[in-house]
Amino acid sequence: MFLGVVMIFFLTACASVSAQSPETSPITTIENKGSDTMVNLALAWAEAYQKEHPEVNLSVTGGGSGTGIASLQNGTADIANASRSMKEEEANDLRAKGLEPVEHIVARDAIAVIVNLSNPVQELSLQQVSDIYSGKINNWIEVGGEDRPIVRLSRETNSGTHVYFLETVLRLGDSENKTLFSTDTLLLPSSVGILSEVRDNPNAIGYDGLGYVTNEVKMVALSANPGGAYVLPSAETVNQDLYPVARDLYMYTAGEVSPEVQDYLDWIMGATAQAIVQELGFVPINP
Amino acid sequence: MRLPRLWHEMIITPVIKLTGYSAILFVVLILVFLLTEGLPTFREVPLSDLFSQRWYPIESYYGILPLLAGSLLVTIGATLIALPLGVGTAIFIAEIAPRWMREILKPFIEIMAGVPSVVLGFIGFLVLAPTLRVWLNIATGLTALAGSILLAAISIPTIVSVAEDALDAVPRSYRDASLAIGANQWQTIWKVTLPAARNGVLTAVMLGVGRAIGETMTVMMVTGNAPVLPTRLSALFQPARTMTATIAAEMGEVATDSTHYHVLFFIGIMLFLISLAVNLIASAVIFRQKKRAERILS
Repeated sequence: MFLGVVMIFFLTACASVSAQSPETSPITTIENKGSDTMVNLALAWAEAYQKEHPEVNLSVTGGGSGTGIASLQNGTADIANASRSMKEEEANDLRAKGLEPVEHIVARDAIAVIVNLSNPVQELSLQQVSDIYSGKINNWIEVGGEDRPIVRLSRETNSGTHVYFLETVLRLGDSENKTLFSTDTLLLPSSVGILSEVRDNPNAIGYDGLGYVTNEVKMVALSANPGGAYVLPSAETVNQDLYPVARDLYMYTAGEVSPEVQDYLDWIMGATAQAIVQELGFVPINP
Repeated sequence: MRLPRLWHEMIITPVIKLTGYSAILFVVLILVFLLTEGLPTFREVPLSDLFSQRWYPIESYYGILPLLAGSLLVTIGATLIALPLGVGTAIFIAEIAPRWMREILKPFIEIMAGVPSVVLGFIGFLVLAPTLRVWLNIATGLTALAGSILLAAISIPTIVSVAEDALDAVPRSYRDASLAIGANQWQTIWKVTLPAARNGVLTAVMLGVGRAIGETMTVMMVTGNAPVLPTRLSALFQPARTMTATIAAEMGEVATDSTHYHVLFFIGIMLFLISLAVNLIASAVIFRQKKRAERILS
């Protein structure tokens, strides 16, 4: 008897599943490719979006901003993720195929420079941070702190944050500048590793995505020029373009897009998706 | 009854043979794979660049010297700590501790061998490194020394377990004879039991060192991973980057068949060669010992 009830339950369950599947069968696949910095963000968005819209199948791959834009050109991606804006020649390649590139700023990324709470240093110029990381400045006393050796902490070289910090801070955004990290820079495999070493060690300096920074460490105010205004990173200063180590994160589409892609892009600009931006350590955009 | 027994043996013997040969086959296959993926390095990176002092692969600096030296530094440090502690513990358990204590200690140490290395790494990162920084008054606790201490903790259980078995296998009559001619317990251990068990103890140490060289997760978490070329002994108190940590940290993101990928496999070849050398030296020493022992016996 019990077995019979179980069987019936099982069969109805099967029936309801098979009755549902024809409705959801026209699945649209959206190919989303590009920036490695954004790959976790894009995956988190895709996961959340697919829960709300089971009829859409989002496929997210990394490979770098250039790879994403190249895929947009040859039609293997519907949306390209890029942590830099599209170059003029890339846009011209697309136009040559009759496709007009459309730029969407989907989030912002800011890197905070952090020190131990007991460190009296409040502000640094980008040049000073560059000199610290390249090994020219080795003691906190040289930048107005205590007489302590500086322990430099960085993410591993495979991290997008590492590369961005290298280009924007160490090399001050100058592509001719070939400054490298000092070899004794500690390369830690995770954000958590950097945070906990900075929390415990009064000698340490580190950097991390703004959203990862907790109040157990101190953020340093930065200025782009030695005499300029020192700015602390926050959602406001990043959105007002005051904080010097911040960048836009983009999604690019080409020409006319399908309604499904447009719905997805609209959803990304909405509150749910922007809350995910905050969770992953990026800065949400102001609508 | 004879016939079925033979029939069983006809199957069992080849199966055992096959498992024996497969071990050789797998090692050969691993070597072939390493070589095919790693040797293109020589075509892509000049030798003078490969054996230079800077490791910064995203800008095509492929100097592996800091990594080689980092691995050696951490491993030598670990051996210096683990050898006396491990062999000492084995001697205590086998020769000095009373029977009941031995029954408790031996399984306890074998359980310690099963502690996952990532757990040790976590403890090292949160407890050992900050403590070292304060005690030794160094800039950061994430140093080669922290790695050495944790690797010693990982290899000590292996050393104790294998060395204790070797000491235990020394016949009772050796000790009785030594004590009978008036040697005290220390003299018996140092001059009779330990030399008699030398092969086993050496194997134990080599297994421990092998464990230390190959360990990845722990060293990645506590050594700071800075690719500095150590030049003095004081480098033990500074961060270091090992070969294993480099492979683990960078392999995940590297493009297949790129120069960086080939260099990472080349580092794998270097690791393979180092552990091969450790094993060869160990067996050469053991072989020589045997010959001498045979000479004395004959």
